[in-house]
This record gives sequence, C-alpha cells and structure tokens, in this order.
Amino acid sequence: MDYENILSKKVQELEFSGIRKFFDIAATVKDVISLSVGEPDFKTPWAIRKEAIRTLEKGKTTYTANSGLEQLRVALSDYLLDRIKIKYDPYHQIIVTVGGSEAIDLAVRALVDNGDEVLIPQPSFVCYAPIVKLANGVAVPIETKAEDGFKLTPEALKAHITPKTKALVLPYPNNPTGAVMRRTDLEAIAEVLRDTNIMIISDEIYSELTYGSEPHVSIAQIDGMQERTVVINGFSKAFSMTGWRLGFVAAPAPVITQMLKIHQYAIMCSPTMSQYAAVVALTECKKDIEYMKNEYDIRRKLIVKGFNELGLECFEPEGAFYIFPSIKSTGLTSQEFCERLIKSHKVAVVPGDAFGKSGEGYIRVSYAYSLNHITTALGRIEEFLKDIKQ
Amino acid sequence: MNKKEQLVNILRQDARLANKQIAAMMSISEQEVAKLISELEESGLIIGYTAIINEEEFDRNSVTAYIEVRVSPEVNCGYDDVAAVIAQYPEVSSVYLMSGGYDLAVTIKGTNLRDVAMFVTDRLAPLDGVLSTTTHFILHRYKEKDKMFLRDTDERGLVSP
Repeated sequence: MDYENILSKKVQELEFSGIRKFFDIAATVKDVISLSVGEPDFKTPWAIRKEAIRTLEKGKTTYTANSGLEQLRVALSDYLLDRIKIKYDPYHQIIVTVGGSEAIDLAVRALVDNGDEVLIPQPSFVCYAPIVKLANGVAVPIETKAEDGFKLTPEALKAHITPKTKALVLPYPNNPTGAVMRRTDLEAIAEVLRDTNIMIISDEIYSELTYGSEPHVSIAQIDGMQERTVVINGFSKAFSMTGWRLGFVAAPAPVITQMLKIHQYAIMCSPTMSQYAAVVALTECKKDIEYMKNEYDIRRKLIVKGFNELGLECFEPEGAFYIFPSIKSTGLTSQEFCERLIKSHKVAVVPGDAFGKSGEGYIRVSYAYSLNHITTALGRIEEFLKDIKQ
Repeated sequence: MNKKEQLVNILRQDARLANKQIAAMMSISEQEVAKLISELEESGLIIGYTAIINEEEFDRNSVTAYIEVRVSPEVNCGYDDVAAVIAQYPEVSSVYLMSGGYDLAVTIKGTNLRDVAMFVTDRLAPLDGVLSTTTHFILHRYKEKDKMFLRDTDERGLVSP
C-alpha cells in the first residue's frame, strides 16, 4: 500500500509533540530520575475509587445520557457556582467529556471554519495548535515572556487580532510555566475583547492548583465575558484522576448544543464508572483536594528556591505543578541541556521549546513528586551544572 | 493551618529535612524554623526523632510482640503506676492505655523469640496489678508511621504532557 498517498496529508503533516520525542530519548537511558510527568503522584482519593467499585458491583455498566449523568451535571453546576460564582444550567450548558482534551477538541471544532484564526498564548500545552489544524483553522501563537510572568498581555493580544480571529485559547493556570492570570490581568484582556466577536476557550484544568491567598478566577466571571467563554475543566489534576479520562465543559447553551452534536457522534458518552465516581469526588472530596494542594505548595516553594540557588533563574509560578526555569546562563539550548542532563546525570526534564518556540531557553520541571525524589534530583542537577561549567 | 501545624506536618513526612529546606517550604526564615522547633520540643509536643526500621530485615532473628495486658487499676493513680513501670523496661517500645477488652497495649522487641517469652513470664506477668497477658507476634510489617514497607512503584511514564 502506498500509505503516504493514502493517508490524509493534513494528518501526515502534523508532528508528534516535543514531549513525546523527548520521551523516546528518556526511554533509552536506565535508572532515570524523572521530573517530567504532567500528572499527579497522589493516588485517586479512596472514596472515589470505592464508588467506582460499587458502581461495577451494582452492574451499572450501560451508556449514560450523551451530555453525562444527570446527577453529575447537577453536581458540576453546584461546583462551578461555588468556585467561579456562575450558575450554569445542568441541562443546557454543561457536557461531561472524555478528559479536558476532548472538551478542547469539541470547542475548537464547534467554533472554527476553514481559515479561521485561533490565538494561542505560548509556551502552553501541546494540543491546541494541532487540534486547530485538524479543524482546518489557523493556529496563531502569541509569545508570552518571562518578564511578564508568562502572562498574556493586552498589548500582545491586540497585536495578533485580525478580522479572521475566531477564538482565543486562555490556558491558565499554565502548563508548562505555572503562570496564573489574576483578576486584574483578566480584566485587561476582557477590555480588548469586549466589543469583538472573539470567543474564549478557557482551559482551566489546573484551576484548583492556584497558590497564594487569592483563589482561581475564570475569565467568564469578568463583566460581559460569560457569553463568549467556553470554560473547560476536568478531574485529572485536581482530583488525581488522570486515568479516569473525565473532564467537562460549561458554556452558553447555543455553543453547548453544537458541541453536543460532535460529542454525540464521536464519543457517545464519557465512561460510566468514572462519572459515578466523579459525583463522589465533587460532593465528598473537598478535603482531599485541599490536602494535595498544600503538599504541592510546599514542594513548589522548595523547588523554586532550589533552582534559584543553582543559578537557574526561575520566576515564581503561582499555579499548576510545574516550574519553568531559564537555562540561558548555561549557554546551551533547551534540547542540548535536557539531552546532556539525562545522559550524564540521569535526570529527565522537558525542553521548554516543546511548548512553543518561545519556550526556548527554558525547561519544564514537574514537582508532582515526593520531597525525597525532588531533593535527590536537585542534587544531581547541581553536579551536572558543575560538570558543564568545566 | 497555622505555622506550627504546618511544621509538624512537614516533620511527620520527613524529620531529616534541613531547617533551610523547611524554611523554603514554609516561606519563613531558617531562624524562625529553629525557634518553632525548639518551642515544640520544649513544650513536649515533639518528644524525639527516630528512624522507621524494617526490623526483621535488619536482624532476621529479631521478634516484635504486641501484648494485651489486663490490669486492675489502683486507687488514686488508676493505671498510671503500672504503665510507668512497664514503660521503663528497655525492651518495651510502646505502651498505650486502651478502651475495650483489655487495658494496656504493650509492644516489645527482643533479639529472639526466647527473649520475648522470658520478658512476659519473668517481668510482665508477675507485676502487681497485672491480671493477665495475651502475646501476639508480629509476622510481617506493611506500614508504620504512615510509611509503606512495600515499595510503591510509580506507574506513571517517564515523561508525559
């Protein structure tokens, strides 16, 4: 078979993510200490696991409604009201999805027609641009900078808006930088968008992991923004439920209606056991979330200090579980740094350019690891830095 | 959570962290960490630091026993006097007053089975006030002080998005 001619050109032109490429390198080295994963090290809280077991014992193994179990949508509506102070109608404004990733795909496909431009602040999670391309849209990266704390500035946003701009992806708290957009930052963005038809895809998957005294704010909370915002979130990070593949999306009813069609044909419904378990997550596990967040916060402070003391300057991340230190002082590129580090000192971190060109000169370091693991890895990086100076 | 609670939680996880590391984790100064720790020690809230040892791996012959002791309480001091006598033996690693079917739960550690048996028959059972003892031997350790003896494997990939 002449696969090259048979397979879709569009898909063939997509590249595997830089993270995946680096995984292939890491897999060839033995006894690696990794600081590279994008998922929590905590097990899913027991109450949630128990509920999934109970669901199986009771034989609840059928499909659910396309948009998700009614009791889960009701619980999600209450949860969103509690967290972002917006009342979403559980019957017309919420869909339970297969992870936040599916929700992103649905939002892009529901919004984008041929040639529509989608603005994507970078560095950011690797899926946005490929999903936009698959929907025949044009992904327009907006560079964010260390000196702005990797936040999206209104000036940078304005500079990238054209008549073809359909939507803005707002990926905060941010993977890989740990940047957070606070209320005043969001107000400035809202000011730019207020008199346009530009929609916002707000990926808030790390919202529960927002550190400091101010809680997470969604751009949907800013005056006039709810009608243009698709709020995406999920259970993976906050509840340590990555493998359960469960996310959700809340948006104005006309948007949800179109998204639901795609979800219905492509997915049918999210996994039933996961959905039952998620009801327990939302109603009984506030304390578990709080506990995990405190643990991450302690590690965050330790690792930020550690990297700054090693001379790899690191702005203070306020969300998610990553730090994004600069490695420019070593004179190496991100790729060189990461390859040499893993080969000579067996520590895996992800090159920053995997998250967009503007990530060059940085590395993503995850602190979803035990304290012991983190301190051991810091020790090895210290040795590595001494070696490359010589 | 106040500072002391936060510090105690950190020490519970790992008491060997340097004050400098703890200071970074709590966003306070090293001096403040040292001060808080000495306050906790002086007030008796922290009574010591130790290592959690896999005893049977460390010494194949060593034996740990968990003994249920029934005691007749004394006038005025209840169980305290007899508990204090039991607690002072070096073989005894813990003594708790319990609710339920017996009164004191005593853990003892011996270098071999005979040591433990002799301790119970010669020292513990004859004590004034001790009515009966029931000795259970520990066969295997799975978890102690929040730490698992089984190594928990990290099933996550090396690198992931």
